[in-house]
Amino acid sequence: MTMQATPGQLVGQRVRRREDPRLVKGRGSYVDDMKLPGMLHLAFKRSDVAHGIIRSIDTSAAEAMPGVELVLTGAQLAEIIPPMPVATPFPAPDHHAVTPDRVRYVGEPIAVVVATDRFLAADAADVIEVDIEELPAVIDPERAANGDPAVIHEAFENNLAVPFAPAGTGVNPETLEVEDESALNEAFENADVVVSQRMFSQRLVPNAMEPRGVIARFEPGNDELTVWSTTQNPHIARTLLAAILGMGQHQVRVIAPDVGGGFGSKINVYGEDFAAAAISRDIGRPVKWIEDRSEAFMTTIHGRDVIGYIDLAATGEGKVTAVKMRLIADIGAYEMVLTAAIPTLVAFMISGVYDIPVVRAELTEVFTNKMPTDAYRGAGRPEGIYFLERAMDMLASELGMDPADVRRVNFIQPDQFPYTTAGGMVYDSGEYERLLDQALENAGWEQMKADRDAARAEGRIVGLGMSFYTEICGFGPSAAMPTVGLWEHASVSVERDGKVRASSGASSHGQGHETTFAQMLADDLGIPMDDISIIHGDTGQVREGTGTFGSRSQVVGGTALLMASGKVKDKMRVFAAQMLETQPGDLSFSDGMIGPTGQEDTGVAFAEVAGFAYIPIPLPPDTEPGLSEEAFWEPEGFTWPFGCYITQVEIDRDTGELELQRFVGVDDCGNVINPLIVAGQIHGGIAQGVGQALTEEAVYDEGSGQLLTASFMDYQIPRARDFPRFELDHTVTPSPLNPMGVKGIGEAGTIGSTPSIVNAAVDALSGHGVEHIDMMLRPEKLWRLIQGGDA
Amino acid sequence: MTVPISVTVNGRAHELEVEPRMLLVHLLREELNLTGTHVGCDTSQCGACTVIVDGSSAKSCTVLAVQADGGSITTIEGLSAEGEMHPLQQAFWDEHGLQCGYCTPGMIMSGVDLLERHPDPSDDDIRRGLDGNLCRCTGYEHIINAVKSAAGGAE
Repeated sequence: MTMQATPGQLVGQRVRRREDPRLVKGRGSYVDDMKLPGMLHLAFKRSDVAHGIIRSIDTSAAEAMPGVELVLTGAQLAEIIPPMPVATPFPAPDHHAVTPDRVRYVGEPIAVVVATDRFLAADAADVIEVDIEELPAVIDPERAANGDPAVIHEAFENNLAVPFAPAGTGVNPETLEVEDESALNEAFENADVVVSQRMFSQRLVPNAMEPRGVIARFEPGNDELTVWSTTQNPHIARTLLAAILGMGQHQVRVIAPDVGGGFGSKINVYGEDFAAAAISRDIGRPVKWIEDRSEAFMTTIHGRDVIGYIDLAATGEGKVTAVKMRLIADIGAYEMVLTAAIPTLVAFMISGVYDIPVVRAELTEVFTNKMPTDAYRGAGRPEGIYFLERAMDMLASELGMDPADVRRVNFIQPDQFPYTTAGGMVYDSGEYERLLDQALENAGWEQMKADRDAARAEGRIVGLGMSFYTEICGFGPSAAMPTVGLWEHASVSVERDGKVRASSGASSHGQGHETTFAQMLADDLGIPMDDISIIHGDTGQVREGTGTFGSRSQVVGGTALLMASGKVKDKMRVFAAQMLETQPGDLSFSDGMIGPTGQEDTGVAFAEVAGFAYIPIPLPPDTEPGLSEEAFWEPEGFTWPFGCYITQVEIDRDTGELELQRFVGVDDCGNVINPLIVAGQIHGGIAQGVGQALTEEAVYDEGSGQLLTASFMDYQIPRARDFPRFELDHTVTPSPLNPMGVKGIGEAGTIGSTPSIVNAAVDALSGHGVEHIDMMLRPEKLWRLIQGGDA
Repeated sequence: MTVPISVTVNGRAHELEVEPRMLLVHLLREELNLTGTHVGCDTSQCGACTVIVDGSSAKSCTVLAVQADGGSITTIEGLSAEGEMHPLQQAFWDEHGLQCGYCTPGMIMSGVDLLERHPDPSDDDIRRGLDGNLCRCTGYEHIINAVKSAAGGAE
C-alpha cells in the first residue's frame, strides 16, 4: 500500500505522486491544450519520396485559400534561419528545418503553411504542388557504405558519417589509431571456443503517447520569444533556439508544461520548432504546430538500427578471453543533436558485467534515406548488451553450460571496483553474483529448467532466457558531452513563511520529479513534503539546467538539489544560532524545528527562522538577509546499475505466436528514493524492451524507401495482454559517486529485457537447429523456423 | 458549410454549429475546451481519446461530431464532481497507474466501461478489456492494479 506523506524519513517510502491529481482528472496542461490570442497554426508539406531533387514548388493554390496567411518553402525559410545544430564532435551535413533543395527521407518537410486553423493549414499543405526528380533510395546500410545505390550527401563519400571509430585494446585513445593487434589476435588464436554471429538491433520508433508539439510566441517590441515545447530539456532547447535565431539566451524562454513521455525522442529540437519560432518572429503572432501520429512515425527520431558482427573468444571452462564487435549504425539521412554519439555508447558497453581482458569495438556510421536515429530509451546500451548477452548464451550453448554458470565465471568481482574495463570505462560499484543468486532463487531456476524439459517432452516449444545487464547512467561528467555540458542546476528558496520553492534543471515528462525531489528535500530540511514545491520545465523560472535523459535526474539533478539545500541550511543555522544564542555548527533540522543535534525540538521552529532571515534584526555579521541558494553539480563519473532478467516463453507450434509466460527480474539501482516510482520505471522499461523483442520494427521498403510501418496498425507497441505479472526484486549496491548513493533506473528494463526474451526464444527453438534469431520475433518468422525453413 | 447539433456533455447541454468533418474529439477539445481528452494517434488504435457516449465507451476520434447529435457524453472532466475523485481516478493515483498521464484519461474512461461489464474482473479480464488503450510508460501492471483496486473499492 502507498503511504501518506509525513514529515521526516520519506526517502525510501512508496509516496504517491503529487503530479497525479491533476492528471487523473484531465486537468493536466500539455502543449496542445493551450490556446493563445491571435494564434495561427502550422502544417508542413512533406516529401512522399525518399530521395530526390526538388525541381519546383507551386504554392499558389495554397496561398489563395481563405484563412492562409503565409506559405514558406524551405528555400525561403533558409533565408531566415541557418541549418540546425548538432551537439556531437563529428562533421555533419547541413540539415535545414525545412529542406531547400533535396529530400532525403519520406516525411522531410518541404514547405510550411501558416493558417487560421490547423485543419485549414493541413488542407492548404495538401494542395502545394512539388516536382521532385527521384534518385535511388538508399536503404541497406551495408550497401550504402559502398555508395550503393547512391550518395546522399556529396561531402560524405560512400555515405560514411563516421567512417571508422575503433575503441578498446590496442587502440590509442587519443588518436583513435589501432596500434596493436597482437592481444586481440592471440586471444582468438588461443581460444578453445569462438562464437561468431551477425546480429541486428532493429530500428524502433519511440512513440511517446503525446506527439511532439510547439507554440512559439514572439513579442515584437519586447523582442522576447516564449516557446512552449514538448521537450525533455528546456534549457538545451533555449540555447539552441537562441543560437539558430541569432537571439540572446536572455531573450528566449522555453517552457515544458506537462509532457506526455519522451524516451529520448524529445531531447532534440526539431525543424518544426525552429520553423515555428522563426515564423512567429517574422509575422509577430503566436503560432502552434502539433504533430500527428503518422508524422511522429516518419519524422520524430528513430532508435537503434545497429548491425553487430560479434566475435567472442573463450576457454573451455567458459572464461571469456576477448570480445570483438564490428558495428554498423544506420543513422538515417542527417545528424540530429546526438545522432552520431549514440552508437558510440554501444561500443562502451562491450564488456557488460564481465572481466574481459581484451576487447575491440569498431564503429561505422552510415547515412541512408531514413529518419535520423538518436537517443531512444537506453540509447546504445540496449544494442551493446543485446549483442553481448546473446553471445554469452551462444557460448553457454556451445559449451553445454548453464547460462547462469557461464555468466558467473566471468563476473567482475566486488573487490575489483572501481573497475576499469579494457575499453576504458570506469564502473563505480557492483555485486553481480549476489544478484544472480537472488534472481535464480526467486525464479526457481532449477525447477524452471525441469518444467521446461517436461514440457518439451510433451512436444511443447518452451524456452528459458537469461540476461545480465549493466548500463551507463547518470550522465555527466561534462567531458562526456563537451558541446553541451552535463551538470545539473538547482535552487532552493525558503520563503519568509517557511515554505520552500525548489527548482531543478531536470525536466520531468512522466518520471515524477515533483514527488521524489520533494521527498528528498523534506527529509533534508526536516519539514513536511507539502511545504515544498518543485519547479521545473521553465527556463524563465529555473535559471539553468541540462535536462532529463540518460537516467540522470535523480543522480545529477537530485544531488544538485541537495547541494543547494545544504547551502540554505548553512545559512539558516547562522540565523537560528543567533536566535538560540548558540553555535551554528551544533544545529540540525528535524520535524519542523532547528536545534541542537538530537534535541531539535528544544530549538526554534523552521518557519520562525525563515521569518527572521527576511527581517533580521539584528542582521548576523557577514550575512546577507534572505534564504535563497543555488548549486551546480557535476558527477566525476558515470553510475552503473545492473540486473538480471529471467524469462520463460512458449511458442505455439501451429501459429508461431510467442507467449511471454514469466518475467523474473532483480535490479540494483543503488539506493531507492521512491520504490513505487522505481517499480513503474522498471515496468515501463521492460515493456519497451519486450516491444523490441516481440512486436516492434520500423521497416523501410528497399525499393521505394517508403516507411511501411507508419501507424499503430503496422507498428505495434505492446498492449496490456502481452505481459504476465512481473516478478521483481532488487538488491542495493550504492554508488560511491553521489551523496545519496543512487544510480538511475529509467532505462534498465529496456536494456535487460530484450536479450532475455530472445535468448528464451532461441532456447525454445534449439531443438529445431536454431542458434540465433534476429528481432522482432514475429510469429511468421518463428513458424517458418519450426517448419524447418529460414526465418 | 456547418451543421447544427445539440449534445449534452458532462450534464451540460450545448447547441453548436460544426463542420461535417469535425471529429467528436475536436469538438470536445477545440469547441468546448475539454482538453482532458487527448489525441494520441490518427487510426483509432491508442484510445487516449476514449469518452463515454450514451453509456458506452467510444474512441472520440472515430466518432464525427454530427454523429453525437442528441447524445450524452461524459469526459474525464465529468467523471466526478469538482474536488472529488471517481474511485478509478483515486485508484490510478494510489496504485501509480500513470506516469506521463497522456493515456490516462482514456485509460480511466475505458476502465469505467470495463467495470460496468465486469464488476469483479480478473487480471485477464482487465488486460483484454484495455486492449484498445495503449500506454507507453507503465508496462500496464500498475494500471491493472488500479482497476482491480477500484473494483474492490466499489464493492
